[in-house]
Amino acid sequence: MAEDQGKARPVARPLAPHLQIYRWPITMGTSILHRVTGVGLSAGTLLLAWWLVAVSMGPDAYAEFADLASGWFGRLVLFGFTLALVYHAMNGIRHLFWDAGIGLDLKAANNSGIAVYALSIIATLLIWVAAYQSMGAWQ
Amino acid sequence: MNMRTPLGKVRGYGSARSGTQHFWQQRLTAVALVPLTLWFVWAVVRYTGAPYTDVVAFLSHPISGVAMLMFVLTGIFHMLLGLKVVIEDYIHSEGSKVALLLLSNFAALAIAATCVVAVFRIVV
Repeated sequence: MAEDQGKARPVARPLAPHLQIYRWPITMGTSILHRVTGVGLSAGTLLLAWWLVAVSMGPDAYAEFADLASGWFGRLVLFGFTLALVYHAMNGIRHLFWDAGIGLDLKAANNSGIAVYALSIIATLLIWVAAYQSMGAWQ
Repeated sequence: MNMRTPLGKVRGYGSARSGTQHFWQQRLTAVALVPLTLWFVWAVVRYTGAPYTDVVAFLSHPISGVAMLMFVLTGIFHMLLGLKVVIEDYIHSEGSKVALLLLSNFAALAIAATCVVAVFRIVV
């Protein structure tokens, strides 16, 4: 059977789905990113637990947490955490609209996908601007 | 030919014996997490760089404590439902799959318990 097929097909045609030349649809990107951010946020629950434990243990433990969180690496991780949370929340709301049967046609799904990308970046930046202002106000 | 019993049809649980429970719980927690996440982001922004005593004063208020626990517990439940789907979709060897599902459940319980104890210690 396999040998017969080999003879009948002399030309080595590309096999689907051939991901190198496949143009990702917008909805595919948003869907994969929803899962990736979801798994990332699962790891992020450890940061949340660490924060709460640090507050519960007293000023010294909290100072240790604040030092690490405000370092360049801490800020990088927290920025990623913010972006993941905002994206997952916004795309999640998009999913809830789909569950209600709204915006399911191709054009609407593509547009809402682009809107979620743009709004996630804007909202994340706004949250960080607000956090920096809040930090300045406490000093 | 339909081999399903009348009782099975009425219950509507299907072969997985849970019906749409997983789907529904995922949506229910998602809806709950919309306002809770807004509150959480507001709280973190508000208390970024705040002195220790102010953070404790905020979290030890009963409303903040309850809201924080609702956010943590709803979030972890939502996380478990999501991780289950991801694990079942990508891990095909039965042993690894069951092991990862167990691990995700135990880890989630440990994190949830840690957060509950921490918030209680802050509030009380």
